[in-house]
Amino acid sequence: MSTLEIRGLKVSVETEQGAIEILKGVDLTIKSGETHAIMGPNGSGKSTLAYSIAGHPKYTITGGTVTLDGADVLEMTVDERAKAGLFLAMQYPVEVPGVSVSNFLRTAATALRGEAPKLREWVGEVKAAMETLKMDPSFAQRNVNEGFSGGEKKRHEIMQLELLKPKFAILDETDSGLDVDALRVVSEGVVRAKEANNHGILLITHYTRILKYIKPDFVHVFANGRIVEEGGPELADKLEANGYAEYVSA
Amino acid sequence: MTTLQSNILEKHTPSGREEAWRFTPLKRLGGMHDGTATPVLRNSLMAKGELPAGVSLTRTTITAVTETDDAIVNRIREFTDQGTILEIASNTEVASPIFLGRATGALDTAEFARVLIKVGTHTKATVIIENTGDTHLAEDLEIAVGPGSNLTLISLQEWGAQTVHAGRHHAIVDRDATFKSIVVTVGGNLVRLLPTVDFIAPGASCDLSGVYFATAGQFFEHRMFVDHKVPNAKSRVNYKGALAGDKAHTVWIGDVFIRAAAEGTDTYELNRNLLLSDGARADSVPNLEIETGEIVGAGHASTTGRFDDEQLFYLMSRGINMEDARRLVVRGFFNEIVSEIGIDEIQNRIMTRIDNELAKAGK
Ligand SMILES: Nc1ncnc2c1ncn2[C@@H]1O[C@H](COP(=O)(O)OP(=O)(O)OP(=O)(O)O)[C@@H](O)[C@H]1O
Ligand SMILES: [Mg+2]
Repeated sequence: MSTLEIRGLKVSVETEQGAIEILKGVDLTIKSGETHAIMGPNGSGKSTLAYSIAGHPKYTITGGTVTLDGADVLEMTVDERAKAGLFLAMQYPVEVPGVSVSNFLRTAATALRGEAPKLREWVGEVKAAMETLKMDPSFAQRNVNEGFSGGEKKRHEIMQLELLKPKFAILDETDSGLDVDALRVVSEGVVRAKEANNHGILLITHYTRILKYIKPDFVHVFANGRIVEEGGPELADKLEANGYAEYVSA
Repeated sequence: MTTLQSNILEKHTPSGREEAWRFTPLKRLGGMHDGTATPVLRNSLMAKGELPAGVSLTRTTITAVTETDDAIVNRIREFTDQGTILEIASNTEVASPIFLGRATGALDTAEFARVLIKVGTHTKATVIIENTGDTHLAEDLEIAVGPGSNLTLISLQEWGAQTVHAGRHHAIVDRDATFKSIVVTVGGNLVRLLPTVDFIAPGASCDLSGVYFATAGQFFEHRMFVDHKVPNAKSRVNYKGALAGDKAHTVWIGDVFIRAAAEGTDTYELNRNLLLSDGARADSVPNLEIETGEIVGAGHASTTGRFDDEQLFYLMSRGINMEDARRLVVRGFFNEIVSEIGIDEIQNRIMTRIDNELAKAGK
């Protein structure tokens, strides 16, 4: 059983006009096996939260703590956070020219497992992950995210989730840009990974449709850089019906 | 030596103010440009292994195919009319690459080398020149590609740290012929190469690709000139370079000239540089001169940038440490061109060399 604990997290970004505060004190605790959904208006800071936990250099932590089983995540380099068990499926996955998916995945798996996976087993693992996400085997030879459609990039992220087996997965709008069939395929991938690894999930989304597949235990409303309400799955339905007006004007 | 010749040479001794020489540190050329070097005829270019059928390598008298105003080439031609001719017969498809190499050299003299690669008509071949060791080399290489032929020339500069290499690789490309050049420069103190192309009949095309990686103190210059003087020829130039370490300096010049007669020209040139540390300098000068509007296309692009933080973050967020992430990104950057060599053994060797240069620079 693992715990990811975020306490009073404050984050700012540097702009030409100086630093602006985006996260204004976020508190959130996620345990293994739990699924937490975060919903909130555009620009409220959801991706900032995700990136800050993963250690993106653009964000400056100005207050608060993030710990994983007591270990100080904010002190870790980006790769150390991944090694500690954090995984971020990005809203906009990055293209890495000239680096093949297969080389990338094997390098990542080697880094996370501490040794190179045995070639024969690894090929099987990758093939199985690609099949379940309905990705054509030719993707293995393509360059990381280069020329991938929006939906293909998201499948590729979840394929990594299946292969890299983290303790906590942060999914930043993994459902955005997916057609109805892809949404099902990708969601099933997430559920399958969770059944296999019992990881905790922080799922950022604008829509309840993904929550039909990935059932949240908790729903948090995010507005203006902090969590403004928490509840069970029924809160998501209320948000879909009423929008965020009452939180934004507050 | 006639007085006239001497006068010409004197006239052609670069001062450093000429456009063609303004970037080159002349003092480091070992006197190859101004007559102070001790030239020797070494004919160091050798075939590695058996030559395939239809291919011959001969030491003989050479007549230059074209004139040039390059000072060093003129000094070579004045010094000797002896050189090496690699001849590839007409109507031959040479299945495996022809391996040539230079490995014997010296630093107290300068090898003045003349080479002619003569490709017949309707012939297809790949020639690989592997340059290793330490030497001073002034190189006059002409490549005549006959009608309908397809030649790939791969020149690998995997020199040791003390080498000075100034060369002109001049291709004369005939009707419907294709010349593809891949230049790899990853070693040497100073390397100055002039991959130049002369289209002499319509339907000719060339593809000049190259990679270079300069670390502390190294100077690598690649200066293309593509002369579109006939209609319907096509040229592509794509060079990628990385620099790391104090006073690493690279120069890329892409001169493309589309003359009035060259209707239907299609040309595009690209140079991208990756600056991996402070104190390094990449000069990149695309230069397109157009005398006719009746062309298919003409364009160029040049970029010089640093590591993309987003790429490094993405890789590291998957557990890959900074050093490995940088290595992946640099390999990825060069892969587009290195993979065109098409021979795993060489590609792996070049990539490993690049890894080592990067690791050295990181220290
Ligand atoms: N460099 C920057 N300069 C100015 N503002 C910035 C900068 N980077 C981020 N921001 C702002 O931070 C805020 C939070 O952005 P973030 O991407 O976290 O929002 P989000 O909740 O994920 O939105 P969305 O639902 O659209 O994905 C936005 O208002 C954004 O414009
Ligand atoms: Mg976002």
